Amino acid sequence: MNLTLKVWRQKHKEDQGLMVTYEAKDINSHMSFLEMLDVVNEDLIKKGEEPIAFDHDCREGICGACSLMINGVPHGSEKGITACQLHMRHFKDGDVIYIEPWRARAFPVIKDLIVDRSAFDRIIQSGGFVSATTGGVPDANAIPIAKPDSDSAMDAAACIGCGACVAACPNASAMLFVGAKVSQLALLPQGKIEREQRVLNMVRTMDEENFGNCTNHFECEAACPKEISVQYIAQMNREYLRAAAKQ
Amino acid sequence: MTLDPKVPDGPLAEKWDKHRFQMKLINPANKRKYKIIIVGTGLAGASAGASLAELGYEVESFCYQDSPRRAHSIAAQGGINAAKNYPNDGDSIWRLFYDTVKGGDFRAREANVYRLAQVSNAIIDQCVAQGVPFAREYSGYLDNRSFGGAQVSRTFYARGQTGQQLLLGAYQAFSRQIGLGKVKMYPRTEMLDLVVVDGHAKGIVVRDMVTGQIRTHSADAVVLATGGYGNAFYLSTNAKGCNVTAAYRAYKKGAFFANPCYTQIHPTCIPVSGDYQSKLTLMSESLRNDGRIWVSKKKGDKRPPAQIPEEERDYYLERKYPSFGNLAPRDISSRSAKEVCDEGHGVGESGLGVYLDFADAIKRLGENAIREKYGNLFHMYEKITGENPYQMPMRIYPAVHYTMGGLWVDYNLMSNLPGLFVAGEANFSDHGANRLGASALMQGLADGYFVLPYTIGDYLSKVKPGSAKTDMPEFQDAKEEIVAKTKRLLGVKGKKTVDEFHRELGHVLWGYCGMARDEEGLKKALVRIPEIREEFWKNVCVLGSNEELNQSLEKAGRVADFLEFGELLCLDALERRESCGGHFRVEHQTEEGEAKRDDRKFCHVAAWEYKGPNASPERHKEELKYENVTLATRSYK
Ligand SMILES: Cc1cc2nc3c(=O)[nH]c(=O)nc-3n(C[C@H](O)[C@H](O)[C@H](O)COP(=O)(O)OP(=O)(O)OC[C@H]3O[C@@H](n4cnc5c(N)ncnc54)[C@H](O)[C@@H]3O)c2cc1C
Ligand code: FES
Repeated sequence: MNLTLKVWRQKHKEDQGLMVTYEAKDINSHMSFLEMLDVVNEDLIKKGEEPIAFDHDCREGICGACSLMINGVPHGSEKGITACQLHMRHFKDGDVIYIEPWRARAFPVIKDLIVDRSAFDRIIQSGGFVSATTGGVPDANAIPIAKPDSDSAMDAAACIGCGACVAACPNASAMLFVGAKVSQLALLPQGKIEREQRVLNMVRTMDEENFGNCTNHFECEAACPKEISVQYIAQMNREYLRAAAKQ
Repeated sequence: MTLDPKVPDGPLAEKWDKHRFQMKLINPANKRKYKIIIVGTGLAGASAGASLAELGYEVESFCYQDSPRRAHSIAAQGGINAAKNYPNDGDSIWRLFYDTVKGGDFRAREANVYRLAQVSNAIIDQCVAQGVPFAREYSGYLDNRSFGGAQVSRTFYARGQTGQQLLLGAYQAFSRQIGLGKVKMYPRTEMLDLVVVDGHAKGIVVRDMVTGQIRTHSADAVVLATGGYGNAFYLSTNAKGCNVTAAYRAYKKGAFFANPCYTQIHPTCIPVSGDYQSKLTLMSESLRNDGRIWVSKKKGDKRPPAQIPEEERDYYLERKYPSFGNLAPRDISSRSAKEVCDEGHGVGESGLGVYLDFADAIKRLGENAIREKYGNLFHMYEKITGENPYQMPMRIYPAVHYTMGGLWVDYNLMSNLPGLFVAGEANFSDHGANRLGASALMQGLADGYFVLPYTIGDYLSKVKPGSAKTDMPEFQDAKEEIVAKTKRLLGVKGKKTVDEFHRELGHVLWGYCGMARDEEGLKKALVRIPEIREEFWKNVCVLGSNEELNQSLEKAGRVADFLEFGELLCLDALERRESCGGHFRVEHQTEEGEAKRDDRKFCHVAAWEYKGPNASPERHKEELKYENVTLATRSYK
């Protein structure tokens, strides 16, 4: 099939950036979306034009590196997958596809489709952990954990830190990302001890990093490639109120 | 030159304890005077970084991704082994040790493997304490499952995302240290060279992948935890960025590279669908419990599978290995698939694939039973191929998955270059010639949480802190060399893309040094690879400049190293004139087609020393002494 791509090109952080049109010719429907971009890039290089820069690594939906707005939807409109898991059979000959980077104040564009998501790392650094140093911990089976709690913690822990939730949110809020980590650790006995300090620190860092507020649009859940539920935002709000009340 | 593995003496079970007691300690107040560079933030690097920083050392850490959380360990699915014996089914430290040595086809160092089994239990404790949500039973206790190469259930898992959860646990502990200012993290930074001062590793040269700045960092010790080199083959189950650069540059600076030919090829991956293919996806081996593997008896048969009648199908594993059938061991299954495809029986557009058929199992057990067992895998397969495996057989083909070879290290995980430590998949490690499932995660975390924190301290106690400075000539020279090399890459301005060269190399390696190797093929590869390399340096096209984010330039540097390293891989395969584990030499097989070891000549580690650009590398030996197990022929019959 032949496609027309409208791609965001931006040389560096300070550059203004613009949409550029490319033709993607002879695209095989078995290709993944990123392989389609590889083909376009190989063509560009042959023509002496600089290839389109985009983040990617595992190409199987787990590392969270790929981060493309495809026709205005993070990771494209197929549900529960990342851009690297999207296949070209979902497009048809003659389609025009818009490809842009994540747009959020907290995620500045570095080049073309690549953004800086280090704000997520700083949120984790401020409290997204259990302070268990190596060694000196009890036997793994010393503390049984009810299966529903452990399963729910795992549902929250499935987050790949890609930032689709932020990109989808009209306010560019990071509540789903933070809520998932706060809830995972609060659900487990090992994480309960530090729960108050954790939620206060993480929420403070989130605000300092210029993420917006949550006004219950729930676009985050719809865009999440791991389909993480907004119930974890509610759970984080409860954690926060509890911690703030104690202060 | 003798390679001293520095294995402590005494009975196997007491070596590590005794060694820990004998190693020198550093006073807590003095630890902060020592700086340690850690390259890599996968399971090995992140766990080492967190643990060393907690002890009080100053740590600088580097990774090429935008966040340490994205290291390729994140992609491991199946699980992690430990000798907990929670199911009470007869497991023990000794059994885990023995299974690993046997699985490795008796080509691993006994003492290292025993230590690995010993610390395995503490890993699970540590992960649970960090909040890793392992699968649990209704009782609230941890669940286990079985994996290949073992008859006990010793594998801990977190759904199909074990690597992700273990890595996030380590990443969080590591992030805590970053937050506390004990670790300085440099993401999007690629290590391009090692700096050696007076024979000791004292620093690295890196390129900032956003600005292009090439700089040096000095330290009192350097840890490489940079993962495996499976991407030498171009197509593999590894992430796109996985590379040999860090390890290979260390090799060129004097560190020995051990057993590069030990590569693992996994039998059940989704086949290549076209020239554009950029990577391969693993399908869990467990599918072979219920799927039957077959191809058409007719060569080049293009009929859809449903139209091929039963009597025209060749269930070749069942035919050749009646007792094991579809559950033949990994290496045998992989090789058999290659054979039938080479003979022209392969399926799919490319002819490089075999059917894995569930029709009989669905008839016998019902579609629901199959869905319950393998639903998520069937779903994943359908997402990638667009074909419904409940209605038509899956197409699978073997793919490069893991590399047992790596930089040579002694019992302390230190290379022959003092001060250079190597952990995780990057070292030649504990898996001998073949790794058992769920053991790589165990090894990476063992190295980082429980081995390096002790052994690095012992080394540091003998060196003066802060003796290396980046203004030393060794640092300046190393940096200039990298600046010049980058200029050269950008200056070729040829006609072929980096990927074209990488694919060509991949074809050669896969064809001549993949699942089956022979002298003739390896010699061809050893002629062909230097030719591709020569053309690369004359005709590669790398656009843009160094002073910007430049993904072509990053790739070009990595491929340039693969083009040199590929030759070493083939040379090692040529010189190891025996078959063992993942290294199958066609000339050395039993009548049944099993790997035939030659213990008299090859019960050793081959460690290669770089001798300069125009000289052949020198092959050193570390003899493997088995004092606690008897060498036996691996039998799966
Ligand atoms: C698909 C798949 C499934 C697997 N499943 C399992 C399983 O179920 N159980 C199991 O035990 N094992 C499994 N394995 C193997 C296991 O995941 C790996 O061997 C292990 O995770 C490697 O960890 P590591 O820390 O050594 O390296 P990695 O996790 O690969 O980390 C390498 C790090 O080094 C950095 N790096 C590399 N080169 C450079 C450079 N030049 N400069 C700067 N930084 C660099 C990277 O940024 C990264 O941070 C699987 C592997 C694959 C591919
Ligand atoms: S590239 Fe890893 S999630 Fe897409």
